Amino acid sequence: MSALIQRLREARKTGNVAPLTDTIPYAAWMRIAPETGTGELLTRMRFAPELIGNTSLPALHGGTLGAMLEMAAIFHLLWETDTETVPKIVNITVDYLRSARPLDTLAAAKVTKQGRRMVNVDIEAWQDDRSKPVATANAHFLLKSADEPSAL
Amino acid sequence: MNKDERRALFGRWFSDNIPHNKALGIEVLDVSRGMASMRLAWRPELVGNPETGVLAGGPVTAMLDACCGMAVASMLDAPRPFATLDLRIDYVRPAVPGEPVIAEAECYRLTRSVAFTRAFAHQGDPKDPVAAAAGTFMMGTKGRPPSTGTGR
Repeated sequence: MSALIQRLREARKTGNVAPLTDTIPYAAWMRIAPETGTGELLTRMRFAPELIGNTSLPALHGGTLGAMLEMAAIFHLLWETDTETVPKIVNITVDYLRSARPLDTLAAAKVTKQGRRMVNVDIEAWQDDRSKPVATANAHFLLKSADEPSAL
Repeated sequence: MNKDERRALFGRWFSDNIPHNKALGIEVLDVSRGMASMRLAWRPELVGNPETGVLAGGPVTAMLDACCGMAVASMLDAPRPFATLDLRIDYVRPAVPGEPVIAEAECYRLTRSVAFTRAFAHQGDPKDPVAAAAGTFMMGTKGRPPSTGTGR
């Protein structure tokens, strides 16, 4: 049994999601982690100076927002579905709505449609005011098939 | 400015002014009018699936965003602020672990308000891409950044 499945089962049993981050090296490096403090699964990207894409505004790099929206969907699927592997991203479309300031960014995901293999997810990211999202995204993930095209 | 000077200037500006590009270690390979190419080296901390060692989508997303942005910047006769409006990424196949990923972007249309770009990411053979991207950018006027997007 892989470390991921072990952590996943443990997280589902104890309700403590935070350790899931350590199973994905990129999430750990970016300090992108799931949390359930509010009762809802949210994903937080802690602010760090290395996330900046524009030093004069300053604003977060658009790529970091795309990345955290994608990770938010992955954590959501790991948590809400019975998948025992990292969901494979097929594509993602990110809409950038506001300049993201040098603050923590939070995201919530919602499954729009789950088929047998494919799942469609909407994700929204905000900073200090949830009613003012900084970016939204829609993405497709493959849940099971091992031999289909995807990034992972 | 000859080609080498132009490339050196863009390369310097890219890593001196954009902390996240520097953190990922993205390297500018080439810039010409409307075109840009970059390289991202594989590193263990950028892995998205620990079972396969394949890169996460996030670093590839960040490089494609940066590369499309640089293709837009290369079209401008005088510096103008602009911001990513939206970015779609199709993850066509997994990137081979341990090997760098190369992004090639083109800004194929620039209007007063919007720049349109396309990009591919590959690992040496442009005919065998790992990801495809389409990004649009909102153009600001001189000294006034656009009110939407991630800023740049």
